[in-house]
Amino acid sequence: MVSTTEQRTATQVGPRKGRSPWADARRRFLRNKAAMGGLILLLFVAAFALFGDVLAQYSNEELDYMVMGQIVELGGPSIASGHYFGTDDLGRDLYARTVQGTQISLAVGVVGALIAVIVGTIYGATAGYVGGRTDSIMMRLVDIFMAVPYMFVLILLLVMYGRSITILFVGVGLISWMEMARIVRGQTLSLKGREFIEAAQATGVAAPVIIARHIVPNLLGVIAVYTTLLVPLMILTESFISFLGLGVQEPMTSLGALISEGAGTIAYGTTWQLGFPLLFFVLTLFGFFFVGDGLRDALDPKDR
Amino acid sequence: MLTYILKRIAIAIPTLLVLIVVSYVLMYMAPGGPFTSERELPPQVLANLNAKYGLDQPLWRQIATYVWNIVTDFDFGPSFVYKDRSVNEIIAQGFPITLTYGVLSFLLAVIVGVSLGVAAAVRHNSALDYAAVGVSIGAQVLPNFVMAPILVLVFTLWLGWLPGGGWQGPEYWILPVIALSTSFMASIARITRSSMLEVLTQNHIRTARAKGLPERRIILRHALKPAMLPVISYLGPAFVGMITGSVVVDIYFSTGGIGKAFVDSALNRDYAVMMGVTILMGTLTILFNLIVDILYGWIDPKIRF
Repeated sequence: MVSTTEQRTATQVGPRKGRSPWADARRRFLRNKAAMGGLILLLFVAAFALFGDVLAQYSNEELDYMVMGQIVELGGPSIASGHYFGTDDLGRDLYARTVQGTQISLAVGVVGALIAVIVGTIYGATAGYVGGRTDSIMMRLVDIFMAVPYMFVLILLLVMYGRSITILFVGVGLISWMEMARIVRGQTLSLKGREFIEAAQATGVAAPVIIARHIVPNLLGVIAVYTTLLVPLMILTESFISFLGLGVQEPMTSLGALISEGAGTIAYGTTWQLGFPLLFFVLTLFGFFFVGDGLRDALDPKDR
Repeated sequence: MLTYILKRIAIAIPTLLVLIVVSYVLMYMAPGGPFTSERELPPQVLANLNAKYGLDQPLWRQIATYVWNIVTDFDFGPSFVYKDRSVNEIIAQGFPITLTYGVLSFLLAVIVGVSLGVAAAVRHNSALDYAAVGVSIGAQVLPNFVMAPILVLVFTLWLGWLPGGGWQGPEYWILPVIALSTSFMASIARITRSSMLEVLTQNHIRTARAKGLPERRIILRHALKPAMLPVISYLGPAFVGMITGSVVVDIYFSTGGIGKAFVDSALNRDYAVMMGVTILMGTLTILFNLIVDILYGWIDPKIRF
């Protein structure tokens, strides 16, 4: 009943406005409770990373000599001492370090995913659009790269070329574009035969322009979905490397490095050193996974 | 079928070569050789060291020798840091341990994951189904390096049931195996569930039901086999993930497997050991993918040979 009255009022007001596919997708996304929950989580984590420093009473490098040597008794989380999340094993403020770790983890995740998306989209769209022998060589190469245990190669890179954050960004991005390239190629193949591409070809538009102007914009939905799902994977990769002590270097830190430090000291009963970084790690991943799933439901034409 | 297998092998060999050449070239181009340290070595000593390890030869020759030794003798050369140990010795020491808990984790992940997924699909929308979905979403954000400290905290420090590190007997295997397999178990359960749900709506299942076959037989004989296809294609990535995860297990539980050798060599800049481990892991991965491909071709008759 409700929907018919709505329709009636709509027709009374005037002709119904057409809804674009994007508006449709937005509506579906806004209705998805898990996705909205994920979005709120992500906004919270992002706000924490960007503005968390304002509340910090200490910098992330400062050693608090008051608690040093008595971390177990005095270093716990407390509002009174200004260490909201307690201190780490050296007496550094864990709140400030968690803020910084979240920043680095988010940055690696987003930048890594962007690199992967740019490389993967260009590669996949080119392979799919050009087709034929080029396509099969390009995709065979992807098959070969995918069989390589990339984590080992990435660690090899980090050790040989120095453990800089740039190498981490680039390395994390470069090992993960393959899946993206495959997805984009598949979508490009299905777009290639459409009339509007034929029309562009008939009017003599060059292939790179067709890819940039007509193919890629039509792939944006799929790309958006997989970017969102790539970010948590990048964060996982970075955390894994930092957990092994091969990632970002002191005094910089990341959630993975903090989890590693916390995991190393739990035997002394300083559970908060594991707990707080872990909490933010889990919240971030949940956020991205839920938003990604929501985007997929909203944008993926297959599931309509 | 035979041509299919041969084709797959024909792809596997260049893949392996690419891996070896790429890691060697990376090492060759790295700023500072393997003998760069804080203490500056006299040029004569450095030259002698390079000559001893064959690093003074032209690049193509080094690679050719390296590949040749691997192919003919399975010899990865000497370690760059430990003077009297070869890469083979270092790897051989940890490999059986990695293999033990790796195989156990893999079996656990597959068996429990598939059973859970099938049970959830058969009892679709029941409490069991929701529990399985909930657990598998939760386990997605609990990779091995998060599971490991949590398990130690609960089972070693709070409950005191299991040892939190070492490698002396079967009770030491439990925590590493659980830490390594949980997230893969969850993924396998999720994939099995959704593919099983899809298969159960297909016509051949309806036919089987119409024939009056017992439900048990329908699930196990008619639905399970086609439903396994997506699971099998996930096994390759899962294998890579487990190999990678074994590094964390070795570090956190001090199990003494091959991952420990890898991280130690990474911290010591022992390129020879790093490359040896990388190539060994790559070979295992490629072999495993080969098996998965063959299995896939055998189960799915639609696949073109």
